[in-house]
Amino acid sequence: MEILLFDKIFLIVIVFAVSLVIALYSTLAERKVSAFLQDRIGPNRAGTFGLLQPVADGVKFFFKEDIIPSHADKALYILGPSISMITALMTSAVIPWGTYITFSGRQVAMQIADINIGILYVFAVVSIGVYGIMIGGWGSNNKFSLLGALRASSQMISYEIAMGLSIISIVMMTGSMSLGEIVSQQHGMDWNIFYQPVGFLIFCTCAFAECNRTPFDLPECEAELVGGYHTEYSSMKLGLYLFSEYINIFISSAIMSAMFFGGYNFPFMDQIASPNLVSIIGVFVFFAKIIFFIFFFMWVRWTIPRFRYDQLMKLGWKYLIPLALANIVITGTVMLIKYQFFN
Amino acid sequence: MEHPEISAFGNILLFIFGGILFICLVLFVGRLIRPRRPNEEKNTIYESGEEAVGNAWAAFNPRFYVIALVFLLFEVELVFLFPWATVFGQQELINETNDNWAKLAVVEMLMFIFILALGLAYAWKKGFLDWQKPATVSPTVGNSFRKDLYDKVNDKYSTIKNNS
Repeated sequence: MEILLFDKIFLIVIVFAVSLVIALYSTLAERKVSAFLQDRIGPNRAGTFGLLQPVADGVKFFFKEDIIPSHADKALYILGPSISMITALMTSAVIPWGTYITFSGRQVAMQIADINIGILYVFAVVSIGVYGIMIGGWGSNNKFSLLGALRASSQMISYEIAMGLSIISIVMMTGSMSLGEIVSQQHGMDWNIFYQPVGFLIFCTCAFAECNRTPFDLPECEAELVGGYHTEYSSMKLGLYLFSEYINIFISSAIMSAMFFGGYNFPFMDQIASPNLVSIIGVFVFFAKIIFFIFFFMWVRWTIPRFRYDQLMKLGWKYLIPLALANIVITGTVMLIKYQFFN
Repeated sequence: MEHPEISAFGNILLFIFGGILFICLVLFVGRLIRPRRPNEEKNTIYESGEEAVGNAWAAFNPRFYVIALVFLLFEVELVFLFPWATVFGQQELINETNDNWAKLAVVEMLMFIFILALGLAYAWKKGFLDWQKPATVSPTVGNSFRKDLYDKVNDKYSTIKNNS
Protein backbone atom coordinates (compact mmCIF):
# COMPACT_ATOMS: atom_id res chain seq x y z
CA MET A 1 0.00 0.00 0.00
CA GLU A 2 2.64 2.48 1.08
CA ILE A 3 4.85 1.69 -1.89
CA LEU A 4 1.98 2.01 -4.37
CA LEU A 5 0.78 5.25 -2.85
CA PHE A 6 4.30 6.59 -2.84
CA ASP A 7 4.70 5.63 -6.51
CA LYS A 8 1.56 7.46 -7.45
CA ILE A 9 2.38 10.58 -5.45
CA PHE A 10 5.84 10.61 -6.95
CA LEU A 11 4.34 10.29 -10.45
CA ILE A 12 1.78 13.02 -9.72
CA VAL A 13 4.52 15.40 -8.59
CA ILE A 14 6.53 14.61 -11.72
CA VAL A 15 3.53 15.16 -14.02
CA PHE A 16 2.75 18.46 -12.30
CA ALA A 17 6.36 19.58 -12.56
CA VAL A 18 6.66 18.55 -16.22
CA SER A 19 3.41 20.30 -17.21
CA LEU A 20 4.43 23.45 -15.37
CA VAL A 21 7.94 23.52 -16.80
CA ILE A 22 6.70 22.88 -20.33
CA ALA A 23 4.03 25.60 -19.94
CA LEU A 24 6.67 27.95 -18.53
CA TYR A 25 8.98 27.37 -21.46
CA SER A 26 6.10 27.52 -23.93
CA THR A 27 5.78 31.20 -23.06
CA LEU A 28 9.42 31.71 -24.01
CA ALA A 29 9.03 29.48 -27.08
CA GLU A 30 6.03 31.50 -28.17
CA ARG A 31 7.98 34.74 -28.00
CA LYS A 32 10.98 33.20 -29.74
CA VAL A 33 8.83 31.63 -32.48
CA SER A 34 6.91 34.85 -33.07
CA ALA A 35 10.22 36.72 -33.20
CA PHE A 36 11.55 34.20 -35.71
CA LEU A 37 8.45 34.46 -37.89
CA GLN A 38 8.55 38.26 -37.82
CA ASP A 39 12.29 38.50 -38.37
CA ARG A 40 13.09 39.77 -34.88
CA ILE A 41 15.46 38.50 -32.19
CA GLY A 42 13.04 38.00 -29.32
CA PRO A 43 13.86 38.04 -25.61
CA ASN A 44 17.63 37.62 -25.12
CA ARG A 45 18.54 39.59 -21.99
CA ALA A 46 17.72 37.22 -19.11
CA GLY A 47 20.20 34.36 -19.42
CA THR A 48 21.64 32.87 -22.58
CA PHE A 49 19.08 33.05 -25.42
CA GLY A 50 16.65 34.47 -22.87
CA LEU A 51 16.41 31.10 -21.12
CA LEU A 52 15.77 32.72 -17.75
CA GLN A 53 13.02 34.98 -19.13
CA PRO A 54 10.11 32.73 -18.00
CA VAL A 55 11.61 32.55 -14.50
CA ALA A 56 11.83 36.34 -14.40
CA ASP A 57 8.19 36.59 -15.54
CA GLY A 58 7.11 34.10 -12.91
CA VAL A 59 8.87 36.00 -10.15
CA LYS A 60 7.23 39.18 -11.35
CA PHE A 61 3.78 37.63 -11.00
CA PHE A 62 4.56 36.89 -7.35
CA PHE A 63 5.87 40.36 -6.52
CA LYS A 64 3.27 42.56 -8.24
CA GLU A 65 0.50 44.13 -6.22
CA ASP A 66 -2.85 42.39 -6.57
CA ILE A 67 -5.79 44.71 -7.19
CA ILE A 68 -9.30 43.42 -6.63
CA PRO A 69 -11.74 46.05 -7.90
CA SER A 70 -14.14 47.14 -5.17
CA HIS A 71 -17.16 46.63 -7.44
CA ALA A 72 -16.21 43.10 -8.43
CA ASP A 73 -17.69 40.00 -6.84
CA LYS A 74 -14.69 39.04 -4.75
CA ALA A 75 -15.38 35.32 -4.32
CA LEU A 76 -16.07 34.76 -8.02
CA TYR A 77 -13.13 36.96 -8.95
CA ILE A 78 -10.75 34.62 -7.12
CA LEU A 79 -12.61 31.47 -8.16
CA GLY A 80 -12.36 32.18 -11.91
CA PRO A 81 -8.60 31.80 -12.47
CA SER A 82 -8.42 28.97 -9.91
CA ILE A 83 -10.97 26.88 -11.83
CA SER A 84 -9.15 27.60 -15.08
CA MET A 85 -5.86 26.40 -13.63
CA ILE A 86 -7.22 23.32 -11.82
CA THR A 87 -9.11 22.07 -14.87
CA ALA A 88 -6.06 22.65 -17.06
CA LEU A 89 -3.95 20.56 -14.68
CA MET A 90 -6.58 17.86 -14.09
CA THR A 91 -6.63 16.63 -17.67
CA SER A 92 -3.10 15.27 -17.60
CA ALA A 93 -4.13 12.55 -15.10
CA VAL A 94 -5.34 10.17 -17.82
CA ILE A 95 -2.65 10.71 -20.46
CA PRO A 96 -0.46 7.65 -21.03
CA TRP A 97 3.07 9.06 -21.06
CA GLY A 98 4.65 5.68 -21.72
CA THR A 99 4.12 1.96 -21.19
CA TYR A 100 5.77 0.33 -18.18
CA ILE A 101 9.14 0.58 -16.61
CA THR A 102 10.33 -2.47 -14.70
CA PHE A 103 12.91 -1.96 -12.02
CA SER A 104 13.79 -4.11 -9.02
CA GLY A 105 10.97 -6.48 -9.86
CA ARG A 106 8.20 -3.89 -9.90
CA GLN A 107 6.24 -2.66 -12.88
CA VAL A 108 5.52 1.04 -12.76
CA ALA A 109 2.89 2.32 -15.17
CA MET A 110 3.68 5.70 -16.67
CA GLN A 111 0.10 6.84 -16.48
CA ILE A 112 -1.56 8.15 -13.36
CA ALA A 113 -4.98 6.65 -13.95
CA ASP A 114 -5.96 4.33 -16.79
CA ILE A 115 -9.72 4.72 -16.42
CA ASN A 116 -12.00 3.06 -18.95
CA ILE A 117 -13.68 6.34 -19.84
CA GLY A 118 -10.43 8.30 -20.26
CA ILE A 119 -11.39 10.30 -23.30
CA LEU A 120 -14.81 11.11 -21.84
CA TYR A 121 -13.06 12.37 -18.71
CA VAL A 122 -10.87 14.70 -20.77
CA PHE A 123 -13.95 15.88 -22.60
CA ALA A 124 -15.81 16.56 -19.34
CA VAL A 125 -12.93 18.40 -17.69
CA VAL A 126 -12.45 20.60 -20.75
CA SER A 127 -16.14 21.52 -20.50
CA ILE A 128 -15.70 22.57 -16.88
CA GLY A 129 -12.86 24.83 -18.04
CA VAL A 130 -15.36 27.21 -19.59
CA TYR A 131 -16.62 28.07 -16.10
CA GLY A 132 -13.23 29.50 -15.21
CA ILE A 133 -13.48 32.09 -17.96
CA MET A 134 -17.23 32.67 -17.52
CA ILE A 135 -16.99 33.23 -13.76
CA GLY A 136 -13.89 35.41 -14.02
CA GLY A 137 -15.33 37.55 -16.82
CA TRP A 138 -18.65 37.99 -15.07
CA GLY A 139 -17.21 38.47 -11.60
CA SER A 140 -14.93 41.36 -12.56
CA ASN A 141 -17.91 43.62 -13.36
CA ASN A 142 -16.39 44.93 -16.56
CA LYS A 143 -18.45 45.13 -19.73
CA PHE A 144 -15.61 44.06 -21.98
CA SER A 145 -14.73 41.13 -19.74
CA LEU A 146 -18.36 40.05 -19.77
CA LEU A 147 -18.44 40.17 -23.56
CA GLY A 148 -15.22 38.17 -23.72
CA ALA A 149 -16.61 35.60 -21.30
CA LEU A 150 -19.80 35.28 -23.34
CA ARG A 151 -17.83 34.78 -26.51
CA ALA A 152 -15.65 32.18 -24.81
CA SER A 153 -18.63 30.20 -23.59
CA SER A 154 -20.51 30.28 -26.89
CA GLN A 155 -17.45 29.28 -28.89
CA MET A 156 -16.52 26.52 -26.47
CA ILE A 157 -19.97 24.94 -26.46
CA SER A 158 -20.16 25.17 -30.25
CA TYR A 159 -16.84 23.48 -30.91
CA GLU A 160 -17.29 20.93 -28.15
CA ILE A 161 -19.97 19.14 -30.18
CA ALA A 162 -17.80 18.79 -33.27
CA MET A 163 -14.94 17.65 -31.04
CA GLY A 164 -17.09 14.99 -29.38
CA LEU A 165 -18.32 13.74 -32.74
CA SER A 166 -14.78 13.44 -34.07
CA ILE A 167 -13.80 11.48 -30.94
CA ILE A 168 -16.72 9.08 -31.51
CA SER A 169 -15.29 7.91 -34.82
CA ILE A 170 -12.02 7.03 -33.03
CA VAL A 171 -13.93 5.22 -30.28
CA MET A 172 -15.82 3.25 -32.94
CA MET A 173 -12.56 2.02 -34.45
CA THR A 174 -10.93 1.23 -31.11
CA GLY A 175 -13.95 -0.09 -29.26
CA SER A 176 -12.74 1.54 -26.07
CA MET A 177 -12.76 4.95 -24.46
CA SER A 178 -9.59 4.36 -22.44
CA LEU A 179 -6.71 6.48 -23.67
CA GLY A 180 -4.20 3.77 -22.75
CA GLU A 181 -6.10 1.28 -24.90
CA ILE A 182 -6.42 3.75 -27.80
CA VAL A 183 -2.66 4.37 -27.77
CA SER A 184 -1.60 0.72 -27.40
CA GLN A 185 -3.72 -0.24 -30.42
CA GLN A 186 -1.68 2.08 -32.64
CA HIS A 187 1.37 -0.14 -32.30
CA GLY A 188 4.40 0.73 -34.41
CA MET A 189 3.34 2.84 -37.34
CA ASP A 190 -0.36 1.85 -37.25
CA TRP A 191 -1.49 5.36 -36.32
CA ASN A 192 -5.08 6.55 -36.35
CA ILE A 193 -4.26 9.53 -38.54
CA PHE A 194 -4.05 7.19 -41.54
CA TYR A 195 -7.62 5.98 -40.94
CA GLN A 196 -9.18 9.19 -39.67
CA PRO A 197 -7.60 12.19 -41.42
CA VAL A 198 -10.91 14.11 -41.47
CA GLY A 199 -11.47 13.32 -37.81
CA PHE A 200 -8.04 14.70 -37.00
CA LEU A 201 -8.70 17.89 -38.95
CA ILE A 202 -11.96 18.47 -37.04
CA PHE A 203 -10.38 17.59 -33.71
CA CYS A 204 -7.41 19.88 -34.33
CA THR A 205 -9.63 22.84 -35.28
CA CYS A 206 -11.78 22.28 -32.22
CA ALA A 207 -8.72 22.00 -29.99
CA PHE A 208 -7.63 25.44 -31.18
CA ALA A 209 -11.08 26.80 -30.37
CA GLU A 210 -11.19 25.15 -26.95
CA CYS A 211 -7.80 26.62 -26.04
CA ASN A 212 -8.94 30.09 -27.20
CA ARG A 213 -5.94 30.31 -29.49
CA THR A 214 -5.70 32.34 -32.66
CA PRO A 215 -7.62 32.21 -35.04
CA PHE A 216 -10.24 31.62 -32.30
CA ASP A 217 -8.96 34.05 -29.68
CA LEU A 218 -12.07 36.24 -29.70
CA PRO A 219 -12.50 36.11 -25.90
CA GLU A 220 -9.28 38.11 -25.48
CA CYS A 221 -9.40 40.00 -28.74
CA GLU A 222 -7.38 43.08 -27.80
CA ALA A 223 -8.55 45.22 -30.71
CA GLU A 224 -12.18 45.11 -29.58
CA LEU A 225 -12.30 44.08 -25.94
CA VAL A 226 -9.34 45.83 -24.25
CA GLY A 227 -7.89 42.68 -22.63
CA GLY A 228 -10.90 40.40 -22.95
CA TYR A 229 -12.01 38.31 -19.98
CA HIS A 230 -8.86 39.04 -17.94
CA THR A 231 -8.82 42.84 -18.28
CA GLU A 232 -9.35 43.44 -14.56
CA TYR A 233 -6.86 40.81 -13.41
CA SER A 234 -3.42 41.53 -12.08
CA SER A 235 -0.57 39.76 -10.32
CA MET A 236 -0.75 35.99 -9.71
CA LYS A 237 -4.40 35.67 -10.79
CA LEU A 238 -3.55 37.03 -14.22
CA GLY A 239 -0.59 34.67 -14.17
CA LEU A 240 -2.91 31.72 -13.51
CA TYR A 241 -5.09 32.63 -16.49
CA LEU A 242 -2.14 33.04 -18.87
CA PHE A 243 -0.49 29.94 -17.52
CA SER A 244 -3.59 27.78 -17.83
CA GLU A 245 -3.75 28.69 -21.50
CA TYR A 246 -0.28 27.27 -22.06
CA ILE A 247 -1.03 24.16 -20.02
CA ASN A 248 -4.13 23.68 -22.15
CA ILE A 249 -1.99 23.90 -25.27
CA PHE A 250 0.37 21.31 -23.83
CA ILE A 251 -2.45 18.95 -22.88
CA SER A 252 -4.29 19.25 -26.16
CA SER A 253 -1.04 18.61 -28.02
CA ALA A 254 -0.60 15.51 -25.88
CA ILE A 255 -4.16 14.32 -26.57
CA MET A 256 -3.78 14.94 -30.29
CA SER A 257 -0.55 12.98 -30.49
CA ALA A 258 -1.96 10.21 -28.30
CA MET A 259 -5.21 9.83 -30.21
CA PHE A 260 -4.07 10.33 -33.77
CA PHE A 261 -0.29 10.07 -33.90
CA GLY A 262 0.34 6.93 -31.91
CA GLY A 263 1.40 8.48 -28.60
CA TYR A 264 4.53 6.69 -27.41
CA ASN A 265 4.54 4.29 -30.39
CA PHE A 266 7.26 4.65 -32.95
CA PRO A 267 8.23 2.68 -36.07
CA PHE A 268 10.54 -0.35 -35.66
CA MET A 269 9.85 -0.51 -31.91
CA ASP A 270 9.64 -4.33 -32.05
CA GLN A 271 13.26 -4.60 -33.11
CA ILE A 272 14.53 -3.27 -29.78
CA ALA A 273 14.94 -6.14 -27.36
CA SER A 274 14.85 -4.42 -23.98
CA PRO A 275 11.29 -3.37 -22.97
CA ASN A 276 12.65 -0.72 -20.62
CA LEU A 277 14.59 0.89 -23.45
CA VAL A 278 11.47 0.82 -25.65
CA SER A 279 9.40 2.58 -23.06
CA ILE A 280 12.09 5.18 -22.35
CA ILE A 281 12.50 5.94 -26.06
CA GLY A 282 8.69 5.96 -26.26
CA VAL A 283 8.46 8.74 -23.69
CA PHE A 284 10.94 10.82 -25.67
CA VAL A 285 9.07 10.13 -28.92
CA PHE A 286 5.82 11.16 -27.26
CA PHE A 287 7.34 14.41 -26.04
CA ALA A 288 8.84 15.10 -29.47
CA LYS A 289 5.34 14.79 -30.95
CA ILE A 290 3.91 17.06 -28.25
CA ILE A 291 6.58 19.70 -28.86
CA PHE A 292 5.88 19.58 -32.56
CA PHE A 293 2.19 20.28 -31.91
CA ILE A 294 3.00 23.11 -29.49
CA PHE A 295 5.11 24.62 -32.26
CA PHE A 296 2.19 24.08 -34.64
CA PHE A 297 -0.10 26.04 -32.30
CA MET A 298 2.36 28.96 -32.37
CA TRP A 299 2.95 28.72 -36.08
CA VAL A 300 -0.79 29.00 -36.74
CA ARG A 301 -1.11 31.88 -34.31
CA TRP A 302 1.34 34.04 -36.24
CA THR A 303 0.07 33.00 -39.67
CA ILE A 304 -3.73 33.09 -39.67
CA PRO A 305 -5.76 36.22 -38.81
CA ARG A 306 -8.59 36.15 -36.30
CA PHE A 307 -12.16 35.19 -37.27
CA ARG A 308 -15.14 37.46 -36.90
CA TYR A 309 -17.69 36.25 -34.34
CA ASP A 310 -20.34 35.20 -36.86
CA GLN A 311 -17.72 33.56 -39.09
CA LEU A 312 -16.62 31.50 -36.11
CA MET A 313 -20.17 30.34 -35.45
CA LYS A 314 -20.64 29.59 -39.13
CA LEU A 315 -17.50 27.45 -39.28
CA GLY A 316 -18.48 25.53 -36.16
CA TRP A 317 -22.12 24.84 -36.86
CA LYS A 318 -22.38 24.84 -40.64
CA TYR A 319 -19.15 23.11 -41.60
CA LEU A 320 -17.55 21.17 -38.76
CA ILE A 321 -20.65 19.55 -37.22
CA PRO A 322 -22.13 18.26 -40.54
CA LEU A 323 -18.63 17.13 -41.54
CA ALA A 324 -18.19 15.28 -38.24
CA LEU A 325 -21.61 13.63 -38.59
CA ALA A 326 -20.75 12.54 -42.11
CA ASN A 327 -17.45 11.20 -40.82
CA ILE A 328 -19.25 8.98 -38.29
CA VAL A 329 -21.64 7.66 -40.93
CA ILE A 330 -18.79 6.92 -43.35
CA THR A 331 -16.69 5.26 -40.64
CA GLY A 332 -19.63 3.08 -39.61
CA THR A 333 -20.43 2.08 -43.17
CA VAL A 334 -16.83 1.28 -44.06
CA MET A 335 -16.46 -0.81 -40.91
CA LEU A 336 -19.66 -2.70 -41.77
CA ILE A 337 -18.43 -3.42 -45.30
CA LYS A 338 -15.15 -4.61 -43.84
CA TYR A 339 -16.92 -7.06 -41.51
CA GLN A 340 -19.17 -8.34 -44.27
CA PHE A 341 -16.63 -8.97 -46.99
CA PHE A 342 -13.20 -9.22 -45.42
CA ASN A 343 -13.85 -11.46 -42.42
CA MET B 1 -5.40 -9.13 -2.31
CA GLU B 2 -3.19 -8.29 0.62
CA HIS B 3 -2.57 -4.66 -0.09
CA PRO B 4 -5.64 -2.84 -1.35
CA GLU B 5 -4.68 -0.78 -4.36
CA ILE B 6 -6.07 2.69 -4.87
CA SER B 7 -8.50 2.61 -7.76
CA ALA B 8 -7.91 4.68 -10.91
CA PHE B 9 -10.53 7.19 -9.87
CA GLY B 10 -8.86 7.43 -6.49
CA ASN B 11 -5.71 8.50 -8.30
CA ILE B 12 -7.66 11.16 -10.14
CA LEU B 13 -9.05 12.40 -6.82
CA LEU B 14 -5.47 12.53 -5.53
CA PHE B 15 -4.55 14.49 -8.63
CA ILE B 16 -7.38 16.98 -8.14
CA PHE B 17 -6.32 17.51 -4.51
CA GLY B 18 -2.81 18.14 -5.79
CA GLY B 19 -4.14 20.77 -8.18
CA ILE B 20 -6.16 22.53 -5.47
CA LEU B 21 -3.17 22.43 -3.13
CA PHE B 22 -1.00 23.96 -5.83
CA ILE B 23 -3.43 26.86 -6.41
CA CYS B 24 -3.77 27.56 -2.69
CA LEU B 25 -0.01 27.45 -2.23
CA VAL B 26 0.68 29.82 -5.13
CA LEU B 27 -1.97 32.32 -4.08
CA PHE B 28 -0.86 32.14 -0.43
CA VAL B 29 2.83 32.63 -1.20
CA GLY B 30 1.96 35.52 -3.49
CA ARG B 31 -0.10 37.09 -0.71
CA LEU B 32 2.83 36.87 1.70
CA ILE B 33 5.41 38.58 -0.46
CA ARG B 34 3.59 41.10 -2.60
CA PRO B 35 2.91 44.67 -1.48
CA ARG B 36 -0.61 45.69 -0.54
CA ARG B 37 -1.34 49.40 -0.70
CA PRO B 38 -4.90 49.82 -1.94
CA ASN B 39 -6.54 53.19 -2.38
CA GLU B 40 -9.93 54.19 -3.68
CA GLU B 41 -8.73 55.28 -7.09
CA LYS B 42 -6.75 52.08 -7.60
CA ASN B 43 -9.70 49.90 -6.68
CA THR B 44 -12.04 51.32 -9.29
CA ILE B 45 -12.79 49.22 -12.34
CA TYR B 46 -10.28 49.74 -15.13
CA GLU B 47 -12.64 48.79 -17.97
CA SER B 48 -11.08 50.65 -20.92
CA GLY B 49 -9.16 53.32 -19.03
CA GLU B 50 -12.09 55.72 -18.98
CA GLU B 51 -14.27 56.06 -15.93
CA ALA B 52 -16.81 53.24 -16.05
CA VAL B 53 -20.41 54.22 -16.72
CA GLY B 54 -23.07 52.03 -15.14
CA ASN B 55 -22.84 48.42 -14.05
CA ALA B 56 -21.80 45.51 -16.22
CA TRP B 57 -24.43 43.28 -14.64
CA ALA B 58 -27.25 44.48 -16.81
CA ALA B 59 -29.46 42.67 -19.30
CA PHE B 60 -28.45 42.86 -22.93
CA ASN B 61 -28.90 40.79 -26.06
CA PRO B 62 -26.18 38.18 -26.43
CA ARG B 63 -26.32 36.94 -30.01
CA PHE B 64 -26.72 33.26 -30.77
CA TYR B 65 -28.49 32.51 -27.49
CA VAL B 66 -30.65 29.91 -29.25
CA ILE B 67 -27.44 28.02 -29.94
CA ALA B 68 -27.18 27.30 -26.23
CA LEU B 69 -30.48 25.42 -26.44
CA VAL B 70 -29.44 23.53 -29.57
CA PHE B 71 -26.17 22.70 -27.84
CA LEU B 72 -27.97 21.06 -24.93
CA LEU B 73 -29.86 18.85 -27.33
CA PHE B 74 -26.75 17.86 -29.23
CA GLU B 75 -24.76 17.21 -26.08
CA VAL B 76 -27.38 14.83 -24.72
CA GLU B 77 -27.47 12.96 -28.02
CA LEU B 78 -23.68 12.85 -28.03
CA VAL B 79 -23.75 11.13 -24.65
CA PHE B 80 -25.98 8.45 -26.18
CA LEU B 81 -23.58 7.97 -29.08
CA PHE B 82 -20.57 7.26 -26.84
CA PRO B 83 -21.73 3.91 -25.41
CA TRP B 84 -22.96 2.90 -28.84
CA ALA B 85 -19.52 3.54 -30.31
CA THR B 86 -17.79 1.28 -27.76
CA VAL B 87 -19.99 -1.78 -28.37
CA PHE B 88 -20.34 -1.22 -32.12
CA GLY B 89 -17.31 -3.20 -33.20
CA GLN B 90 -17.26 -5.92 -30.51
CA GLN B 91 -16.34 -9.20 -32.10
CA GLU B 92 -18.24 -11.45 -29.61
CA LEU B 93 -21.49 -9.62 -30.21
CA ILE B 94 -21.03 -9.95 -33.96
CA ASN B 95 -20.28 -13.65 -33.71
CA GLU B 96 -23.20 -14.35 -31.37
CA THR B 97 -25.75 -12.66 -33.59
CA ASN B 98 -24.56 -14.27 -36.77
CA ASP B 99 -23.12 -11.01 -38.21
CA ASN B 100 -26.43 -9.23 -37.76
CA TRP B 101 -25.12 -7.07 -34.94
CA ALA B 102 -23.00 -4.80 -37.14
CA LYS B 103 -25.84 -4.26 -39.63
CA LEU B 104 -28.35 -3.53 -36.89
CA ALA B 105 -25.96 -1.14 -35.14
CA VAL B 106 -25.19 0.79 -38.32
CA VAL B 107 -28.85 1.11 -39.28
CA GLU B 108 -29.79 2.27 -35.79
CA MET B 109 -26.96 4.79 -35.83
CA LEU B 110 -28.02 6.07 -39.25
CA MET B 111 -31.54 6.70 -37.96
CA PHE B 112 -30.22 8.38 -34.85
CA ILE B 113 -27.85 10.66 -36.75
CA PHE B 114 -30.59 11.44 -39.26
CA ILE B 115 -32.78 12.78 -36.44
CA LEU B 116 -29.79 14.69 -35.06
CA ALA B 117 -29.10 16.21 -38.47
CA LEU B 118 -32.78 17.08 -38.86
CA GLY B 119 -32.60 19.19 -35.72
CA LEU B 120 -29.53 20.97 -37.03
CA ALA B 121 -31.22 21.54 -40.39
CA TYR B 122 -34.24 23.03 -38.62
CA ALA B 123 -32.08 25.48 -36.65
CA TRP B 124 -30.18 26.31 -39.82
CA LYS B 125 -33.38 26.94 -41.80
CA LYS B 126 -34.80 29.10 -39.02
CA GLY B 127 -31.69 31.27 -39.23
CA PHE B 128 -30.49 30.64 -35.67
CA LEU B 129 -26.98 30.00 -36.96
CA ASP B 130 -26.77 33.40 -38.66
CA TRP B 131 -25.98 36.79 -37.21
CA GLN B 132 -29.36 38.37 -36.53
CA LYS B 133 -29.26 41.74 -38.23
CA PRO B 134 -31.38 44.34 -36.46
CA ALA B 135 -34.36 45.69 -38.39
CA THR B 136 -33.60 49.13 -39.79
CA VAL B 137 -35.61 51.93 -38.21
CA SER B 138 -35.80 55.18 -40.17
CA PRO B 139 -34.89 58.11 -37.95
CA THR B 140 -37.72 60.31 -36.75
CA VAL B 141 -37.21 64.05 -36.68
CA GLY B 142 -38.71 66.17 -33.98
CA ASN B 143 -41.09 68.23 -36.23
CA SER B 144 -44.76 67.84 -36.99
CA PHE B 145 -44.13 65.57 -39.94
CA ARG B 146 -47.33 64.00 -41.26
CA LYS B 147 -46.67 60.84 -43.19
CA ASP B 148 -50.23 60.50 -44.44
CA LEU B 149 -49.96 63.77 -46.43
CA TYR B 150 -46.83 62.55 -48.13
CA ASP B 151 -48.51 59.21 -48.85
CA LYS B 152 -51.37 61.12 -50.51
CA VAL B 153 -48.92 62.97 -52.75
CA ASN B 154 -47.11 59.75 -53.57
CA ASP B 155 -50.37 58.04 -54.45
CA LYS B 156 -51.37 60.92 -56.72
CA TYR B 157 -48.17 61.05 -58.71
CA SER B 158 -47.44 57.37 -58.79
CA THR B 159 -50.50 56.91 -61.05
CA ILE B 160 -48.94 59.32 -63.56
CA LYS B 161 -45.69 57.41 -63.26
CA ASN B 162 -47.50 54.20 -64.05
CA ASN B 163 -49.15 55.69 -67.14
CA SER B 164 -45.94 56.90 -68.67
